[in-house]
Amino acid sequence: MTGSMDLPAKGGFSFDLCRRNAMLEKKGLKVPGFRKTGTTIVGLVFQDGVVLGADTRATEGPIVADKNCEKIHYMAPNIYCCGAGTAADTEAVTDMVSSQLHLHRYATSRESRVVTALTLLKTHLFNYQGHVSAALVLGGVDVTGPHLHTVYPHGSTDTLPFATMGSGSLAAMSVFESKYKEGLTREEGIQLVAEAICAGIFNDLGSGSNVDVCVITKGKTEYLRNHQLPNPRTYASSKGYSFTKGHTEVLSTKIIPLKQKAEVAEGDAMEE
Amino acid sequence: MLGHKPSLPLPPHRTPRSAVSANLATPAMSIFEYNGSAVVAMVGKNCFAIASDRRLGVQLQTVATDFQRVFKIHGKLYLGLSGLATDAQTLYQRLVFKHKLYQLREERDMKPETFASLVSALLYEKRFGPYFCQPIIAGLGEDNEPFICTMDCIGAKELAKDFVVSGTASESLYGACESMYKPNMEPEELFETISQALLSSVDRDCLSGWGGYVLVVTPTEVQERVLKGRMD
Repeated sequence: MTGSMDLPAKGGFSFDLCRRNAMLEKKGLKVPGFRKTGTTIVGLVFQDGVVLGADTRATEGPIVADKNCEKIHYMAPNIYCCGAGTAADTEAVTDMVSSQLHLHRYATSRESRVVTALTLLKTHLFNYQGHVSAALVLGGVDVTGPHLHTVYPHGSTDTLPFATMGSGSLAAMSVFESKYKEGLTREEGIQLVAEAICAGIFNDLGSGSNVDVCVITKGKTEYLRNHQLPNPRTYASSKGYSFTKGHTEVLSTKIIPLKQKAEVAEGDAMEE
Repeated sequence: MLGHKPSLPLPPHRTPRSAVSANLATPAMSIFEYNGSAVVAMVGKNCFAIASDRRLGVQLQTVATDFQRVFKIHGKLYLGLSGLATDAQTLYQRLVFKHKLYQLREERDMKPETFASLVSALLYEKRFGPYFCQPIIAGLGEDNEPFICTMDCIGAKELAKDFVVSGTASESLYGACESMYKPNMEPEELFETISQALLSSVDRDCLSGWGGYVLVVTPTEVQERVLKGRMD
């Protein structure tokens, strides 16, 4: 077969290994689980803009793979997106739409609108019929005002004044439904979002660690990474483990010095 | 009666074996548990260490005790690949190919962050038919700042400031590293810590072990050591 390696991949998904993987599955080998962000992500609209919040735990089955991951992804200077579901899918889809928005800004010479990001996300997810497992809370402020949307893996969207997604969404929604009102101030909005995320962190096993908050207003975005750290690591002993040198049995050692790369100075152009 | 020759049943060891072993009558094993592996990387003070076990198995049988899982990309960037051994080797060959082209075009080595994005993109391309590997990338970046990162088999990056683990022994490795790690360790102490974490974790995992291979990389030199471990 000469055709397969001639041209470089044109981008998009490649299905080369699907037949081999299906054969392995039929022979009885289980497909591994992917890293998920079993998560609590929230957003709400306040009087001057939008506040987004997320927890920071990434899980791989029952194990915590990352205790402080970032779930609030950049889309445009005035638009941010929280992602729940399969971690690789949320990262890839938000990165891709962020690049498309940037190209669109160059083409139109205008600030990106939230509905543009929304349409790009929903068409991509619908095209893959839910197999790209990304559940997103998209929020931002553009010329038409503040907007907050949720996007589901199959491509449906909702436009809401407050929204929660992920495994901790019920815990967070209970806080929003009791305490949300229209015309919140910035401090009240941040406080309410932090409370909703904490409800997810403490009551949902798939969410944990710290609270990340992002406040978007007209002309200004503030990303408060680790705004609250309600789960500090207090049990570590101050001395820690110390192993004396030579403690481990070694069979062979090889030391390779690293050559520093010599910088070749650019010569002056020859004078004619 | 005449002409009837009693035929003996074929002795068991004469029956032909297929490449994918016939004894998949065992309860469904994960594809990651087919070969067994353990890889860990830790950050120290202006240095990093990456370590792996040395066993290559076919389910419960050991086939090699000197299998290489940590590969060099360039002097200050190393890649550890756990999971299915055949995919690990294919992925390594494709990545070295891409890095060599990059070196020819850009006339310099790739930064660890860039390499991590390259690996992530390569894995996500196969989202619906993935390579069954979990890479660990460890390198010294600008100003010899250590960089480590791991990903799941479809490229979800996890950047860490302390340690990253992958392989069948990953659950034990998480526990051992969480207790034994200290920030800002010098290369000698970092070597001892990562070796003890690796050896104690693979002792609790049937599918990995048979010694260890540890690389400690500082801005001036690379120390490669082979560890003596339990051979069971």
